[in-house]
Amino acid sequence: MGKSRKSKIKTKDLNLYYGSFHALGDITAGIPEKAITAIIGPSGCGKSSLLRLFNRMNDLIPSARIEGEAFLDKKPIYGKNTYVVDVRKKIGMVFQKPNVFPVSIYENIIMGPKSHGTKSREKLAEITETCLTQVALWDEVKDILKKPAQELSAGAQQRLCIARALAVNPEVILMDESCSALDPESTMKIEGLMLELAKKYTIIIVTHNMEQAIRVSDMSMFMMIDDKKIGRLVEYSATSLMFSNPKDKRTEDYITGRFG
Amino acid sequence: MMKKIREKLSGGVFFTLALSTISALVIITVFIFVSGMPLIAEVGLFSFTFGMNWSPGQGQFGIFPMIVGTVSVTLGAALIGIPVGICCSIFMAEFAPAPMRTVFRPAIQLLAGIPSVVYGFWGMIFIVPAISNHFGGLGMSILAGSVVLGIMILPTIISISEVSIIAQPRTYKEGALALGMTHWQTILRVQLPAAKSGIVAGVILGIGRAVGETMVVIMVLGNAVALPESILDSVRTLTTNIGIEMSYASGQHQQALFATGIVLFVIIMILNITAQIITRKKVK
Repeated sequence: MGKSRKSKIKTKDLNLYYGSFHALGDITAGIPEKAITAIIGPSGCGKSSLLRLFNRMNDLIPSARIEGEAFLDKKPIYGKNTYVVDVRKKIGMVFQKPNVFPVSIYENIIMGPKSHGTKSREKLAEITETCLTQVALWDEVKDILKKPAQELSAGAQQRLCIARALAVNPEVILMDESCSALDPESTMKIEGLMLELAKKYTIIIVTHNMEQAIRVSDMSMFMMIDDKKIGRLVEYSATSLMFSNPKDKRTEDYITGRFG
Repeated sequence: MMKKIREKLSGGVFFTLALSTISALVIITVFIFVSGMPLIAEVGLFSFTFGMNWSPGQGQFGIFPMIVGTVSVTLGAALIGIPVGICCSIFMAEFAPAPMRTVFRPAIQLLAGIPSVVYGFWGMIFIVPAISNHFGGLGMSILAGSVVLGIMILPTIISISEVSIIAQPRTYKEGALALGMTHWQTILRVQLPAAKSGIVAGVILGIGRAVGETMVVIMVLGNAVALPESILDSVRTLTTNIGIEMSYASGQHQQALFATGIVLFVIIMILNITAQIITRKKVK
């Protein structure tokens, strides 16, 4: 590990089950603050499931069951008295495909803050400008804020989704293969954005693209299923270290392209 | 070669059969208009639709009280049916656990399958006396009709609304929840607006059903041809007018009933076309 940072999110022996299916086994890790952590691994190893554990999106699946602990700033994410909405306010998420709501650009941005009680129009307008500026979309859309968000290009829609997540003022941003549906140019823009955002936010990404992990991430988690099909964290280290000198044979096989 | 001919032939047969469905619509439309238009021409469209007096024996053909009857009963049915129907569809789409849904869905379909005469009978035996006991009067009233019709239009509203809520991409819901919105906020601010056109179409089709319903309104409205002063008053609707008098009407009187049919037809066509336009917009 390079410089030692404070952990923003910590998990301890975290297990996830879907019914009788054991999807993730004993994940113990600390995610460094204000850095980009990439979760990599072959398809079906539980990368997205792990990511969705952090903001409790797996709650939507009735059969999902959690064992173990996860903390955001030492506060339990799955505590008895934890209100899931508070967790999600602090841990925003950007999805694989841009999922702008079928309303105007402006309403997409203010959806979160408005729901959390920001009423003043000036304040909402200010949030809109700040967030769209942060994702370098303001100049492009400032005159068409009332237009349906779905008329934007896919890349712009994805940046709008990031801006929408920022509008809630989160501390952590989860990105679930957020570039996989985009063209190379939009991907570069979003990657640049990630690096910029990492100065203020803790970012965790899931990616299939190892070049992307190398380009943007500080830390990398390599996951794989074991012989019982349980998703495990195989290796977790600084990205530069993992890709230059992997400790585990499986990691080496994967990153050198021998499978996956 | 034979194959080709057979192919063409079968295409032709299906086309003819499909055409006959549409021609039924055309024939009925033409028939109603041809039978009813002469009277409207004679009396005048204005004095026909806004005339207050309906006494076919004396050559008085004003259907305004019945238009008011139809509108008031439909409005009442909508006031009862829309909120209940939409809430029910939200419950089914978002809250009901799967086992409950498998009971509810067929039950609601069944509600649509009950013959309207049974609804009417139930209204007569149950709703009408209940209204009479609680509020006085005869009980045969706008209120009674609204309650029964409000229940009758539920299946239409519920099934169309539920489908249009479920049809929305899961990613909308996930996106909203990921912003820290509560489930209720997600439904209210994201899912319902996204499903709006489907819900509106369901509501309009439900209203169309209420406007066109005949048996129930004959049985529970009391059929008085007069402007109602309260929801406890008896009224007659356009459909009732045709249904009750058709069996003995002749000559101008019969023409006047067809003319009533024209007005009804136009109202329902407008509702249906509106519903179609709204749903089609969404598809694009």
